[in-house]
Amino acid sequence: VSGVAITGVGMHPFGRFDGVSTTDMGVAAVRAALREAGVGKGGFQAAFCGTAYGGVATGHKVLSRLGMTGMPIVDVEAGCASGGAALMLAAAAIRAGQYDTVVVFGTEKMPKGIIRSSFFEPWQEEAGLAATPAFFGLRAQRLCLASGVTKDHLARVVVKNRRHGKANPDAMYQKETTVEEVLASRVVCEPLHLFMLCSPNEGAAALVLRRADLPSPSVNVTPIPVTLAAAVLRSHIPGPVLSESTPLAGLSHDEVPAPTTLAATDAYEEAGVGPSDLDVVECQDTDAARELLSCEELGLCEPGGSAALLSSGATALGGRLPVNPSGGLLSKGEPLGASALGQVVELVRQLRGECGPRQVEGARVALSHTVGRGANAGVVILKR
Amino acid sequence: MRVMVRDGLFTDAEEPALLGSQCAACGSVHFPRAEACTYCATEDPDPVELSGSGTLWAWTAVTAPPPGYQGEVPYGVGVVELPEGVRVITRLTESDPGALAAGQPMALRVVTLHRDDDGNDVVTYAFAPAPS
Repeated sequence: VSGVAITGVGMHPFGRFDGVSTTDMGVAAVRAALREAGVGKGGFQAAFCGTAYGGVATGHKVLSRLGMTGMPIVDVEAGCASGGAALMLAAAAIRAGQYDTVVVFGTEKMPKGIIRSSFFEPWQEEAGLAATPAFFGLRAQRLCLASGVTKDHLARVVVKNRRHGKANPDAMYQKETTVEEVLASRVVCEPLHLFMLCSPNEGAAALVLRRADLPSPSVNVTPIPVTLAAAVLRSHIPGPVLSESTPLAGLSHDEVPAPTTLAATDAYEEAGVGPSDLDVVECQDTDAARELLSCEELGLCEPGGSAALLSSGATALGGRLPVNPSGGLLSKGEPLGASALGQVVELVRQLRGECGPRQVEGARVALSHTVGRGANAGVVILKR
Repeated sequence: MRVMVRDGLFTDAEEPALLGSQCAACGSVHFPRAEACTYCATEDPDPVELSGSGTLWAWTAVTAPPPGYQGEVPYGVGVVELPEGVRVITRLTESDPGALAAGQPMALRVVTLHRDDDGNDVVTYAFAPAPS
């Protein structure tokens, strides 16, 4: 069984771009990734496109514009983990020997405001139970009760990620903020203030995957090779009432592992590494509490230890294990179908040492994590 | 006239109840009623009425109207733990998070959401603080 290498990456920045279509952004990201990998027409045998709001044949529209069709093109929807799902399918096909080279991309233009999700039934909307920030707020409150997290900690997650995002030209917000400014922003759903929530937005990200035992066709200076060591997607096991499966009821105990923990456990095993081997992490930070909970669910600290991990400075750039050096979704915003692959693009660049002021020095093992409605949890591990 | 936001979720009575189901094989309780057990997949769980009293496990308030919602803001949303071993996502009658505390007793109510185009009051289930 061959390993899988990532030989090219490309991004369309995340933000709001009036007059730029979902297809336009996908074209920009895919073109950049193909160029970096030295792959042209006929150079790949399949394409997987992650998108949640893109509509019919989003992937086909992108590749048609580039004049590259004929191979299977599959759109993949798995909420916030759509890109992770696309990556899992592509990597498995290469490992199975089905393809040598596969393009994986995600592109998205989110509606503005609170996300309207077809996941909910009309009566849930009418009853006020389709309010995504309320679920985030409830989960944040339970984290505060269970892990000693305070509003000050939540504000410090935002300050950290926005400081990281200042050095990311692909981020929506490239301006630092302060604890005072975060806490002065309006309360959306206690304990979460506006600045503690990511903005749904627009963007695209693309990767070229290739059998690791084949030489790269790139005529450019060959980038430092990065190996895709694991790409895992898991759904939920029922029980936790506030899990991303978003049920109307759950069990009165906390013994059922979260989907993120299920995916991470499988990914660590597949990659042959553990949390202590990681050098850099990009994790789901759709709200500030979600980053802390992600740290716990990924095993980056003990359960209940995320506030202490944050306060130690370990997860800031320069710390032992920087989390969200890209600025995270709190700085970049969240285009659902592109967010997971955006993390992977960042981590490939981190492992190659291309990240300038936000570079994690000497990074060799990296983890990407997304989790979304369904539930869908995606964990990707990269090595150089 | 009063119409339920969705039939089959609760009884609109003086002492209302949530309509759940219980698995004959594993004993787990579901809300809303399930066609197969959420936890062990055994089909046709038994219909049960859930306890109208519970304790508060999590709570917040929604301050801006979410998509598709026509009622007033702010309104409370929370999780109430019932004696059957179930945690239920629910509206709360209290919209000030500062007025609520973990573990406090809560009681089921039926509340009006809004009046629809035909002049009917649309009602749903909610939990209210109860005397301890």
